[in-house]
Order: sequence, then structure tokens, then C-alpha cells
Amino acid sequence: MGALGNIIKKEVRELLTPATFLPIIVVALIFGSMGSTIQGIREEAEEPPVIGVINEDNNNLSMIVTKILNENAEVVFNSTTMDDKKQGLEKIKQKDGIALIIISHNFTHEILNEKPGSIEILWIMKGAGLMDTISSSAVEYLISEVNTNISKELIQGNKSINASVVLTPTNRVETTYFKNKEFIGLSPNVLTNMLSSQSIVIPIIMMMIIIMAGGIVITSMALEKENKTLETLLTLPVKRTSIVAGKIAASAIIGLLLAVIYMIGMTYYFQGFQMTDGELNLATYGLTLDSTDLLIIGISLFITLIAALSLCMVLGTFAKNYKSAQTLTFPVTMLAMIPMFLTMFADFDTLPSVLKIILFAIPFSHPMMAPRALLFDDYILVLGGIIYVSVFALVMISIAVWVFKTDRLLTGSINSRWKKLFRKHRF
Amino acid sequence: MAVVEVKNLVKNYGSFQAVKGINFQIDKGEIFGLIGPNGAGKTTTLRIISTLLQITSGSVKIMDYDLSKNPGEIRKIISYLPEDAGAYKNLTGHGYLEFIANFFESGKAQEMVSKGVEIADLGSRINDRVDTYSKGMIRRLLVGRVFMTNPRLAILDEPTSGLDVINAQEIRKLIKNTAKKGTTVLLSSHNMLEVEYLCERIALISEGIIVEEGKPGDLMNKYKANNIEEVFTKVVQQ
Repeated sequence: MGALGNIIKKEVRELLTPATFLPIIVVALIFGSMGSTIQGIREEAEEPPVIGVINEDNNNLSMIVTKILNENAEVVFNSTTMDDKKQGLEKIKQKDGIALIIISHNFTHEILNEKPGSIEILWIMKGAGLMDTISSSAVEYLISEVNTNISKELIQGNKSINASVVLTPTNRVETTYFKNKEFIGLSPNVLTNMLSSQSIVIPIIMMMIIIMAGGIVITSMALEKENKTLETLLTLPVKRTSIVAGKIAASAIIGLLLAVIYMIGMTYYFQGFQMTDGELNLATYGLTLDSTDLLIIGISLFITLIAALSLCMVLGTFAKNYKSAQTLTFPVTMLAMIPMFLTMFADFDTLPSVLKIILFAIPFSHPMMAPRALLFDDYILVLGGIIYVSVFALVMISIAVWVFKTDRLLTGSINSRWKKLFRKHRF
Repeated sequence: MAVVEVKNLVKNYGSFQAVKGINFQIDKGEIFGLIGPNGAGKTTTLRIISTLLQITSGSVKIMDYDLSKNPGEIRKIISYLPEDAGAYKNLTGHGYLEFIANFFESGKAQEMVSKGVEIADLGSRINDRVDTYSKGMIRRLLVGRVFMTNPRLAILDEPTSGLDVINAQEIRKLIKNTAKKGTTVLLSSHNMLEVEYLCERIALISEGIIVEEGKPGDLMNKYKANNIEEVFTKVVQQ
């Protein structure tokens, strides 16, 4: 073997380690599973939307509307009177539908008298994630088709009607029903945008704190080993719990400080992109977080930070040097990013059961989900999350202290009993 | 009075037995050396006595404290110098000594730091950051750290490992002088000549077993050897 081959062989052997490949394999698996979930949602969106129609107007223009809706959507409820509105909504909810479309009794008459005809849409919104609005977009598309076809009809019939009415022959009146609340004048898209802008800050803060403070804890453990200071530290008259608590507290302080600096920059960044939506804001619809809610979010954030740092502390005990610390930071980064993206794209309630379990099991998800859940008074999810994360943090701290009390920290080996057990159950 | 009492000490790493039931005791003010080649079990024994590793079986008592039951109390009266130990690079030498002193009796920290500075004898460099120190300077700083807390027992693993002749000699003198003031010292070395110079009593350890124990002079007479190195070779060959 030549010199070049010799060097290549040595380099490949050095790089061909689980530490190099494991993170990439994990990323591939995560993106793969996220891709199949998104594909599932897309396939669902390609299905005709499930709707109900009440047509009080029995004239030709309203018939264009019902024809388009019947041809392109799965109409599960049909009626000709507003008295059936409540019944229609119930039926659509039962059939997992998206909207009840009501054509007013004077729809055709109004258009022919140069006023846009009124179409009332009662939306049934299931989730506030970006993916959840796909099915409502399908209905939005049908309404635009309705407009186009009525415009064609008016032009072909040579009706002498005001051009602006010909171009926009209908007027939408919308109400969205979401989590037992009624939002008059809002479509699911607008409501989702409003909720997203409100709940984007905490996931980003949480993700940044976890990545930064977590990295500090793992690196701190790695440097203790690399600089050969750990052995001395462990023989000093200081309790193991104090060492663990001290490292976690210091990292939390630095992590918070870094996150504040980061957030100042991010706030200016977001301000640059912020679009005002008239006078619309969540408070108009009674969606505000009171002081108790803010306190609960604060507790959730704090407990989660402790849980994250405790997890990092446990991971840090595996770090042998600075390089391995970088690798060990990766799973924590992924655990922080997965809930951030999932909560951004879909609502907890609308996720498939497997993803729901994954999202709940990741402790970092809970403060990310808390603001939206509290806006809709879902205290069970938030308080349940706080209890779960507290238990997780306690378990992680106990494991970290236990590791500090055993030989594992110095010898890098697991207890022989566990090794035997592992060997016994290996196939 | 025995400061250290080791009885039937066994240490296993999984299926590998690193220490196989050793016994020894060290009296107050004594410098006791564990001698043996690499992998003989010296560092494992020292790490156990320093409360870093758990005992598989047997017992260790330090000043009447049982190691398995009172590791916290033992940490107050011992000081350990690991082989190739480092100091926090972002601190100055003085800052490092202060950091360590703050773990001990409150109110005596400054006194301890002054003693540490004196033992380390780094001059004005004590105020420089540790990452600017040479290996010899770091070792001196660490020896200062070990003795500044007035430990009842100083445990030194290869105290002069990796040092040049001049630095090694200075460290040896430092250890000997400090021990004269009453500190009991347990040290390990594979440098037999160093041990002969420093230790009042030695134990020869090979493959986890103490194969011989006694005063260096007595052992040389017993085995008709010119130095401890020869003693060790003869004992191992027997």
C-alpha cells in the first residue's frame, strides 16, 4: 500500500465511528418520519373537502354555487332553510367536515341589483398549525371558482351590471368555531396567523436556551475530563449534589443571558417582517393570557430548563473531550427542534396518535405548547406537562448524581450487572 | 497510630480484577510508597483511597473513618494529586488555589492560599493564567494545592511523572520537607530510585498483589540487592 493509501486508510478508520454516523442516521429517520406525516396530511388535503350547504335562494346564480360545491366537495348536509343551521353544524362536526356554506335567500337578487351576493361560511377549525389550514384552503379555492363562474355567467348573459360586482360577485361573511369558541369575522387562515405570531416567541426562546445552556453543561463536563481537573474536584469536600446543582445553575444563568441577547436581535428581526392586520388582535376575541397563565408559562419554562440541563448533565458524563461534547449536544438540539417545528406546523389535538405521544414525551415541547393551550383554557395539558417534566427532571438529576457517585464518571464503564443483563437479553 | 488501614482490598472492573485482596497500613507522618510497573494496580488503589472508586470487597479505614460509609468526612482530611492532573486553564495560579481553598474550613482560605503560593514557589508567575504555565509549573502549583490544606493524608500518584530532572528533584524535596511537618504521604511510582529516596516504607505491587513490603534498606539487605529496582526484579522472578 502506498503512502497515500496508508493515510486514506488511517483517516477513514478514524472517521468511521458511531459518533460520526449516529447523528446523521437520527436526522434521516426524523426527517423521514416527518415527511411521511406531511405526505399523509397532503393526501388528506387532496380529498374533496367535507362540507354542508344551505341554499335559501332557489334562483339561477345560487344554483351555480351549489353545482360547483356538489361537483368538487363531499356535501354531507343539504338544506334550503336557515332553521337547519344548528343541525347542519352538528352533522358536519360528526362527519369531520370543514365548513357549512349558507347562501342567503336574496343572493341572486342582490347580484342582479349590483350588490355582491352574500355567502356565509361557518368554519369548523380543528387545529391552529400551518398544516391544519390546508383543508380550509380547498374550500377557499372552491369559493374563488364560484366567483369566476358567476362572473362568466354575468358576462355571457350581457347583464348591464357594475363592473366591480361582475369581477367580485360575492361577499363572504365568516365565522370560525375553534375549541368551543366562536370567532365572528375570522377565517381559519387569519386565526392561525394570529395565533402563530403569538406563540412563535416561546418555542424559539426555549430552543435557543436549551441548545446554548445544554451545550455549556456538556462542554463543561468534557473540559473537566480533557483538562484532567475532574478527579481533583471529586476528591474535594463538596457534595456530589452540589457539583451537579452548581454546574446546572451556572449553565442556566449563562444560557438565559445568551438567550436574552439572542432574543433582542430576533425581536428586531421579527419587527422588520411584521405585517399589521388592521385592528385584529387576539384580545378582541377574548384570547388573552392573564397573570396566572403567565405564571404557569414561567413555571413550565423554568422546570423544562432544569430538565434539559439535567439531561445534558447525564449526557455530559459520557463526554470524553471537547469533540465528543459537540456530538453529544446533537440529540439535545434535535429534541429541541422537533417540538418547535411540530407545534409550528400542526396543533397537538390534530396530530396522529404516535406524534402526540412523541411530542408529549419530549419534555421541551410543553412550554412551547403552553401559550396556545392556555389561550383556550386547556389547563389539563399544561399542568399535566409540568408534572411530567418535573418527574423527568427529578429522574435526570437522580441519574446524574448517581453517576457522580459511581466509578462510571472516571472509568467510562457501566455497572457489570447491567452489562450482564444486556448480554443476557441480546439476540 | 495507623492513618491508613487497608484490609483484603479487591477491585474489579467488570470481569477484570485490578486489585486482588491487598493489605497494608501507614502510620502517622510516614511516607509510604506503592511501587510497581504500569498496570500493577497502583493508581486503582490510590483512587479507591481518594474516594474516587468504589470498593468491590474488603475495607479501607482512614483516621478511623470507614471509606465506604464516610467518604464525605474522608475528603475533608485527604488531598489527592492524580497523575497528569491539570488545573483550570482560565484561572490564574493564585485564583486556582483560592478556588480550592474555598471548599475547606471557612475563615482559613487566605491562610491556605498563602501556604500554597509559598510551596508552589512560582514567584510573580502565580498571578498568570494557568494556560501559560509549563508542565513543571503546573505540577508545582498542584503540589502547592495538595499541601496547602494541611491534609492528614496526602495521596500522590506519580508525583514527578513527565518532569525533567531539575523539576522532579524540586518536587521530591518539597514532598519530603512537607512530610517532616507531620503530613502522612502515600505515593505511587514506577520510578524505583525516586521511591528509595523518598519513602520510609514501601510495598511492591505486581498484577494487583502486594508481593513484598518493608523499609527500603531492609528489603535491599534481604534480597542482597544494590537498589529497589533489583529487589523488585528478584521478588517478581521468585
